[in-house]
Amino acid sequence: MNRGATVAPVLVLTYGNPSRGDDALGTAMYDLLEKNPPLNVDLLTDFQLQIEHATDLREREFVLFVDAGINCEEPFELQRLSARKDDSFTTHAMSPASVLSVYQQIYRREPPPAYLLTIRAYKFGLGKEMSSAAGENLARAYEYLVEEPPWAAHA
Amino acid sequence: MTSALETAQNPESLKRIVIEPLTRVEGHGKVTLLQGNNRNIRQARLHITEFRGFEKFIQGRPYWELPVLVQRLCGICPVSHHLAAAKATDMIVGATELTPTAEKIRRLMHYGQTLQSHALHFFHLCSPDLLFGFDDEVRHRNIVGVIEDSPEIATQGVMMRKYGQEIIRVTSGKRVHGTGAIPGGINKGLSREEVDYLRKDIAQNLAWAQSAVELVKKVFYEELDYHMGFARIDTSMMSMVNDDGSFELYHGGLRARDSLGNEIFDHIDYTNYTEYLRESVKDWSYMKFPFIKALGEEEGWYRVGPLARVNNCDFFSTPLAEAQRQEFKSLGDGLPVQSTMAYHWARLIETLHCAEAIAGLLEDPDLMGKELRTKGELQSVGTGVIEAPRGTLFHHYEIDDDGIVSKASLIVSTTNNNQAMNESIRKVANQYLDGKRLSEALLNQVEVAIRAYDPCLSCATHAIGKMPMELNLVDAGGQLVDRLEKRTTGQIDRTI
Repeated sequence: MNRGATVAPVLVLTYGNPSRGDDALGTAMYDLLEKNPPLNVDLLTDFQLQIEHATDLREREFVLFVDAGINCEEPFELQRLSARKDDSFTTHAMSPASVLSVYQQIYRREPPPAYLLTIRAYKFGLGKEMSSAAGENLARAYEYLVEEPPWAAHA
Repeated sequence: MTSALETAQNPESLKRIVIEPLTRVEGHGKVTLLQGNNRNIRQARLHITEFRGFEKFIQGRPYWELPVLVQRLCGICPVSHHLAAAKATDMIVGATELTPTAEKIRRLMHYGQTLQSHALHFFHLCSPDLLFGFDDEVRHRNIVGVIEDSPEIATQGVMMRKYGQEIIRVTSGKRVHGTGAIPGGINKGLSREEVDYLRKDIAQNLAWAQSAVELVKKVFYEELDYHMGFARIDTSMMSMVNDDGSFELYHGGLRARDSLGNEIFDHIDYTNYTEYLRESVKDWSYMKFPFIKALGEEEGWYRVGPLARVNNCDFFSTPLAEAQRQEFKSLGDGLPVQSTMAYHWARLIETLHCAEAIAGLLEDPDLMGKELRTKGELQSVGTGVIEAPRGTLFHHYEIDDDGIVSKASLIVSTTNNNQAMNESIRKVANQYLDGKRLSEALLNQVEVAIRAYDPCLSCATHAIGKMPMELNLVDAGGQLVDRLEKRTTGQIDRTI
């Protein structure tokens, strides 16, 4: 598929369902960032990751995935990703590492440096509001991205 | 009729094996197999734990929000819910007929989503089942050969998926949470630039769709007896068809045929679906069990989705898909094709049809029309039905005088296949597990049967750490004697 728009060197790709309680953390981060968009950063959001997101990584110098997580430390964790064809490759919802693997497969080169920001979540009920604890974690994570953006060297 | 394996005698005396959650299907589900002392399977059930709260989520919202709101029910097929809700709200606003531009743009969106959904399933979700096998070295070697002959397969899957997503983005305005369809029509037509943008890649996608059908046929024929017999159940089938009996995904009447192809009902107005369908509940499952009223609860369950649609229609309106349908139908020798694995084949015939239909629509100037919306007298009830990628999807709403939803009823595609998936599991359990020592490879065959239906277990929640596979073995005394955990990375650990 041809790309129609100019590609920024940095991509922040958030994901989650805004109507599933704390699963909204990813899209809530998107909403916060979109209010005051960082320079040279493209913002994308989706319900969950899938194979086609590998095409969004083209021509990037830095990629940050943002997700809710139940096993990470509070308030959030940042980890470097490497491509890995894990089992999520064959599910409806993929891991970011597996998206990087798809990138390798279809473009036959190393993916751009990529990190995962996981914000600690607690509850995922359909139609439920985000929990206050998750909201606090979101605020801390947003402060971090504003004050110490991990993409600073690339934007 | 329902299987004898649905409920075992004296279940408390049996070993319990739990596969939870299923891998390579959406959401959270688990399969429980109760094994007797001689290792024969005494009970098999598919539990889907996430189908709760949909109606409550919708009630109390204004009807005009529905097409956008319901997309959040499912992260896998938001467009299906978007369009079904839009059709229901068409009825509420009294829009008995859409403008040509509105209907064609909705159809384009629907074909785009079906193409990308089916491409994802074939190229990435079921390919390990179809292309790598799971218990047979010969099959494995053969399939590795297929992959070596076609290293571009995975790339085609990504690009077809991307193309379908681009159609959704262009027609709905956004990649997710789009607002393309609104009560009575759509909110924008397409520009010449947008049409040209989509036209550039349709020929390539059509070619890929053709080669995908040929590939699945090759795989299917290589072990025809196996694929025809694996998890086979003989069932009634229900789908939407056009007025002339042709294949239809967006709007038409409902047709149901029994396992021999005899008519149960035909061309019924879907707004009257409650006169023809009922739902039963079982105390061990959160998900309902729909059945055809005329046949009753025991005999009336049915299958939906690609297998039902391709079997039920009289013809495809597009030539390439029609040629493929005729070859597919020859498998049944005059009867419906009942092979569960034939879902994969039927799915790719539909993919080809979608590509052809998209190509046709992109030449239609109505896409760029300016008449977008109609309306009439406000109604208090609205029903919208479409053929979603996984099968027939029903949305039914009632509103109060303020336009607030007072009642919502949904039958989602996977629910229509609930009994059928359970029966397929029982067939596999009888075919492959009974009396044998359980292993991961054998248990995977249960999942293969379920994956053929491409079920969406309706969990758009996906947070890291939520989706491991857990396999527990509990003895007759309730004691956990073994447990395997399969991480999201694919790593398997014995944790007892």
